[in-house]
Amino acid sequence: MSSNKLTRATQEPAWVRYTLLTVGLGFLFFFLGLPLVAVFVEALAQGLPIYLEALKESETRSAIWLTIVIALAVLPFNILFGVAAAWAIAKFEFKGKSLLITLIDLPFAVSPVVAGLIFILMFGSQGYFGGLLAAKDVKIIFAVPGMILATLFITFPFIARELIPLMQSQGKDEEEAAISLGASGWQMFWRVTLPNIKWGLLYGVILSNARAMGEFGAVSVVSGHIRGETNTLPLHVEILYNEYNAIGAFAAASVLALLALVTLVAKTIVEWRMKAETDMLNAELPGEKTS
Amino acid sequence: MSAKSQRVLPGFGLALGYTLVYLSLLILLPLGGMILKASELGFGQILDIALGERSLAAFRVTFVSSLLAASINAFFGLIVAWILVRYSFPGKRFVDALVDLPFALPTAVAGITLATLYAGNGWLGQYLEPLGVKVAYTPLGIIVALTFITLPFVVRTLQPVIEDIETEVEEAAASLGASRWQTFVKAIFPAIGPALLTGFALAFARALGEFGSVIFIAGNLPLISEIVPLLIISKLEQYDVLGATALAVVMLAISFVLLLVINALQWWAANRHKNSEPLEVAAGKTKAGAA
Repeated sequence: MSSNKLTRATQEPAWVRYTLLTVGLGFLFFFLGLPLVAVFVEALAQGLPIYLEALKESETRSAIWLTIVIALAVLPFNILFGVAAAWAIAKFEFKGKSLLITLIDLPFAVSPVVAGLIFILMFGSQGYFGGLLAAKDVKIIFAVPGMILATLFITFPFIARELIPLMQSQGKDEEEAAISLGASGWQMFWRVTLPNIKWGLLYGVILSNARAMGEFGAVSVVSGHIRGETNTLPLHVEILYNEYNAIGAFAAASVLALLALVTLVAKTIVEWRMKAETDMLNAELPGEKTS
Repeated sequence: MSAKSQRVLPGFGLALGYTLVYLSLLILLPLGGMILKASELGFGQILDIALGERSLAAFRVTFVSSLLAASINAFFGLIVAWILVRYSFPGKRFVDALVDLPFALPTAVAGITLATLYAGNGWLGQYLEPLGVKVAYTPLGIIVALTFITLPFVVRTLQPVIEDIETEVEEAAASLGASRWQTFVKAIFPAIGPALLTGFALAFARALGEFGSVIFIAGNLPLISEIVPLLIISKLEQYDVLGATALAVVMLAISFVLLLVINALQWWAANRHKNSEPLEVAAGKTKAGAA
């Protein structure tokens, strides 16, 4: 009877469980499942040949190409910053550390439109460096460099945010051991630190890459929408959609939706790997096992 | 105290120096430049622009729809997080991974897809419009888009916290004669409250700045369905750079305040969790005693 009472208070009655399942899954079906399916259904509405034809269009292709170029251009900057910031924050103590962490988060709080605007104020024709750039005949705004800058701003926190807690939890014993055994700084980094953080780093790269390829607002403000030149795939989706070219817009959108699915799968696989490694480490320390 | 032992590891100066320089050049300098630009206007004029009829209406639309979207997600997100942690059902891992779709799917894709779904002839619109519910190209559409975009925040903030609730607490409550509902209200809800509020604030902050998904479904009528980020862009397109900057600075100030609130909430959530430990220990003892 006492165990009966326990289940009664530790588990919801069956009708509550089924109601919650129905409401929760129903919400996800209408807000996530249906839109995801609709992208592909709309893209294929007039059959596969017309869909493939839409993807072959030269402006769509150059938009895909520019999206890849920008994503590849921001990647080394983001990796370098993420690793450097996490190394300083996770392994050392210094004044103002929590302020620094808050500042790193700042781009997440800033509207993408504002993120684009700040670079117009810096490098636009009316901006602080506008005159100088015009004199040197360098174009940043309404050109690819400005789009790279805006994307760098938007994707700034991703890798650092993944690595800081990971490196904090790993502590610094292993690195200190490597140094005391005579390893140089770079040897320590390549042989100890990098192998330890590789999954976390990859996780951050996956997330920041998805954002870089999908960014719309910030890039839209600085791009100038020059077809075939400064159109990324998300911007191209907008142009086609506004021209009532639904098949073309959804064909381009389906490429981005596929990218999102690949991102989710890759992210899930990396999460499993990270969990498996943590479990392995815990298993090696039987004394600390709790259950 | 151990300044010397801290510095056993190399690279602190290089890593922190690079972090600060990169942060300053890419984030702080451009944001500072925008604030400097806005200071050309002065505080009074900024307020005049922000409180003009069209701006004020845009702020109201942005705030109200962000609040409603965050509230919808707080309610359904709690249910989704609960069923994902506590219940088992077929396809659970797939559903769990799918929750991150809005983070991975480019906002422009979400925008055109939701607009198509809720348009008068869309999959959902065709059933809603005969009932007198017009979603696409109305303020209601903004709420739908923002709900989609911010869906993962509440779920992802709550999941680890619900996982951490010790069943002993619930069993203790049960053995003291509490019903399931009383246990939820008195024991579970206080434990997850701060995380729920954090998720809500994160969703709200993200919704305020969102642009890409909203513009496709909103209709974008000034005074009715025009959001602040769109108004910033239309001011830019009319070469009213100062007007755009004034609105952007107000947005920046709001997002900075929200960032501080979220930090405080997270600190509260973390500390509250620490404080609740003695209770859990006590509950554990009760269980051990009963067994």
